[in-house]
Amino acid sequence: MSTNDDRSSGLSRREFLKISSIAASVPLVARPRVIEVEGQEVAVHGPGPVPIMLTVNGKRLSAELEPRVTLLDALREHFDVTGPKRVCDRAECGACTVLLDGRAVYSCTTLAIEAQGKPIVTAEGLGAGEQPHPVQAAFVNNDAQQCGFCTPGFTVATKAFLDKHPHSSDAEIAHGLAGNLCRCGTYRGIRGVVAQMTGREPKGNAGTTMIAERSAASPKGGA
Amino acid sequence: MPDLDKYSYPPPEERNYIGRRMGRVDGLPKSTGHAKYTYDYNPKGLLYGAFVRCPYAHARITKIDTSEVERMPGVKAVEIVQKPGSENHWAGDEIVAIAAVDEPMVRDAVRAVRVEYEQLPHLVIDSQEPPRNIPPDSSPLSFEDLQDMFRNQVPGTQIVKDIRERGITFKPEEAPLDRMPPDIANAVKSAKQKPPEKKPPTWYKPAAAETQGDVDAAFQASDTVVSEGLYGLPVITHCCLESHGAVSEWTDSDHLLVHASTQYVSGIPGQMAEVVGIPAANIREVQENIGGGFGSKFGPDRWGIYSAKLSKQAGGAPVKMMLSRAEELEVAGCRPSAHARVRVAAKKDGTLTAWDSFGWGIGGPGGGGSPPIPYLIRDRLPNYRVQWTAVVNNIGPARAWRAPNHPQACLITMSALDDLAHKLGMNPLEFFRKNIELTGPRANIYMDEFPIADELMGWSKRWHPRGDKTPGPIKRGLGMAMHTWGGRGHQSECDLTIQPDGSVTIKMGTQDLGTGSRTAILAVAADTLGLTPQQITLLYGDTQYPMSGGSGGSTTIGGVSSTTRRAAVDARDALFAKVALALGATPEQLEAVKGQVRVKGEPSKALGWKEACAKIGAVPINAHGKNLAGRDPLMNSGVGGMQMADVSVDTETGIVKINKMVAVQDCGLIVSLETAESQCYGALIMGISYALFEEKVMDPISGRMLNPNMEFYRLASIGDIGELVVHMMVNKYDSRGVIGLGEPPVISPGAAISNAVANAVGVRVPMLPLTPARVLAALEGQQKGKSA
Repeated sequence: MSTNDDRSSGLSRREFLKISSIAASVPLVARPRVIEVEGQEVAVHGPGPVPIMLTVNGKRLSAELEPRVTLLDALREHFDVTGPKRVCDRAECGACTVLLDGRAVYSCTTLAIEAQGKPIVTAEGLGAGEQPHPVQAAFVNNDAQQCGFCTPGFTVATKAFLDKHPHSSDAEIAHGLAGNLCRCGTYRGIRGVVAQMTGREPKGNAGTTMIAERSAASPKGGA
Repeated sequence: MPDLDKYSYPPPEERNYIGRRMGRVDGLPKSTGHAKYTYDYNPKGLLYGAFVRCPYAHARITKIDTSEVERMPGVKAVEIVQKPGSENHWAGDEIVAIAAVDEPMVRDAVRAVRVEYEQLPHLVIDSQEPPRNIPPDSSPLSFEDLQDMFRNQVPGTQIVKDIRERGITFKPEEAPLDRMPPDIANAVKSAKQKPPEKKPPTWYKPAAAETQGDVDAAFQASDTVVSEGLYGLPVITHCCLESHGAVSEWTDSDHLLVHASTQYVSGIPGQMAEVVGIPAANIREVQENIGGGFGSKFGPDRWGIYSAKLSKQAGGAPVKMMLSRAEELEVAGCRPSAHARVRVAAKKDGTLTAWDSFGWGIGGPGGGGSPPIPYLIRDRLPNYRVQWTAVVNNIGPARAWRAPNHPQACLITMSALDDLAHKLGMNPLEFFRKNIELTGPRANIYMDEFPIADELMGWSKRWHPRGDKTPGPIKRGLGMAMHTWGGRGHQSECDLTIQPDGSVTIKMGTQDLGTGSRTAILAVAADTLGLTPQQITLLYGDTQYPMSGGSGGSTTIGGVSSTTRRAAVDARDALFAKVALALGATPEQLEAVKGQVRVKGEPSKALGWKEACAKIGAVPINAHGKNLAGRDPLMNSGVGGMQMADVSVDTETGIVKINKMVAVQDCGLIVSLETAESQCYGALIMGISYALFEEKVMDPISGRMLNPNMEFYRLASIGDIGELVVHMMVNKYDSRGVIGLGEPPVISPGAAISNAVANAVGVRVPMLPLTPARVLAALEGQQKGKSA
């Protein structure tokens, strides 16, 4: 996934921690104040709750949150948007992947405060209205999910990957989708999703081989 | 069994969904993020729970001071889990439980609890060979010893033998005999009662050697080729993506609503009632989806119980207790390790004659069961001696991990046999085929699978003797392994209701771990009623619905399919009775197909489903389905599967790359083909993961896990898996009935990959995972061996 190299220019969690330890030594003020850090001016928020407004799946949502709250926790705990999952909570597994301004990010290592003013799209908002996004439909078509816990993040990551690599090669898939981990082992189906979406195969997952097809007594069922 | 014909699964020509690729029925809510898991429940007024955990691998609590925490604003409940004086046997053991208004607050509160410990000696390393001179424990069994044996899945025959030989220290009437298998309960009842013996503390619990035939003579026989080796796999974790946990709330003063992330919805109330102090009937468990279990989520665990206790103390407010990733990896389950020194012998023509092994592995603090080695061939091999020593260490409690003991037994056995085949100068495929009769009742299944696996992998065309002679650092090789598993369906019940307006509902207290059980239930119901799955509503995952067994040991598919079939047949027949008159026929002459109820052989005499159901009258049809558990002819036990791996090894870096894996798998009658295939693909990937990457790395000094995160506890990613081919033995063994599939395909990958690496580089890498360091060490040993 392209999360890491696409990291927005906002504060990372580590940078934030560095700054917040400085902020603790300055008097608390109601609005962000500006201090100098390593020769640059930086606005200081918190440490108490500050008003935060996010645009999630086209809806404007607001809450008073501590600046240390991650985008993932803001979505899940404060706005009940639970498609993004918390699994590793440190940018290793991709289950929390959302689109921020069209780019895939790990929401567990993005601060809610820095996600303001940019459209945020989660798995729930990927499709148009009630309709699933074609990538999500392809996940069903290719049975690219089992327990489903990594799946919402994977659908978002796959969508972002396909935006960047509309004619992706196997090597690009192996590299570009390696930032999302699945424990049930659904990667073969996900390859099928990419194959289907890039028109390489109408339906990626042929499943049991031609030998099985030969011995099967009757053709495929519906649904 | 007079009803057998009536309930038998429909023949192939009448199956529209059973055995077909019908699409996962709960696919869309999962991919769109709408599916709800325990972790996602956010009821109003939610409190967050967390534990103070023991930082030492072995310690005794001397003092607990929670006074500061109780004064913290936002802290709503504090419960002492283990009092001063308690002994903790692993790092991360739960000491104090706390609930607070938000997560940062509860983490702060956890840090504010003062606990003092007396540190005790610990052992967390399991790869060192135990001494061989420790006599087996012959002291009488306490009830705790017995519980340990159950927890560690010691085979029933072994437990019975131990009870008979060692006696017991407790009164049989004090044990829950009704909950034990009958043979064990009988052994307890007739056991000799003895006073408890003081056992000296030991890290090692050797079991008595198990022998058959004359092992020493067999090894010394002329015309015999002997291969020796050391093989092993480390402790790995379950690493469920949805960590363990529960959300509990008291809906009134004696009713508890629990959302535990569990593989056994119906079993949660019974396991919580006593500790929570209300009748099981007052506890309701609800779970829509579970984010992985793999054998580690059968009980409510401390997090489930303390979410309920904290909720009670907080006036009934819901308390969410989900483990962090580090906690998940440290305390929520390890798959026991296994190591063995093996000698194995065959005649020069390849006929296997004898096995001799000294093995050891952890079973957590209680010791534990041993892998069934030599795997697959034990019952029929004329000569064997198997010694096993359980390492009782402080790495944390073991839990069942997908196919308990089988991947270990498979790795040790199949590696040893592969090494022997090499020594005999035989192609392993021919060697296994030659000895296939030793696998007993499944020999014919393996024989059917050999040519298919061979064709799909191109084994016969591409196999070369050990050591790829291709110039350059990249060496390529093939390896194979075989496996079996029981997988008989569990006890399961359901209610199937047909309403006068034609709507159909199934209620079943089961769970779908992502294995496809919902899809399978609807496939069976749809084919029985002549409907589409979309016309049937399935309600599940709630103790308000009829009980269904836990999803472990590959028992779900057999259980839920048979109970659904029975309910659907009965409901359909009740409907036939209502509409027969209108169609001018007897109920026996009717069939339900393509959304119609019609007269067999006279398709023009038909009623649409809705019209037919309109004849039901005011009272809906309800059929209660209950399978016959262990004696239900709709299900069976004992599958055969075979896997092959094609790997490349970079001999300069030690990196192993999977080029291709082939899985050929039987599971009797396949109910849901697509999700069955997905299970096999998933198992191959999980197998690649434990073969190449996974290991719970312990620090011998601090006794802590060094990699409790997903950076250094690595899982395979989409770039690591190579080409995967799955072949299900469709329409081949339908008459055997439905058999479970969850465990079998995850058994062989480790052995197949290890054998492929040996075939590529010409030397055995003795221990999984096959990391670059281990591969390079084995290559270095090979070089030294050559120059010496």
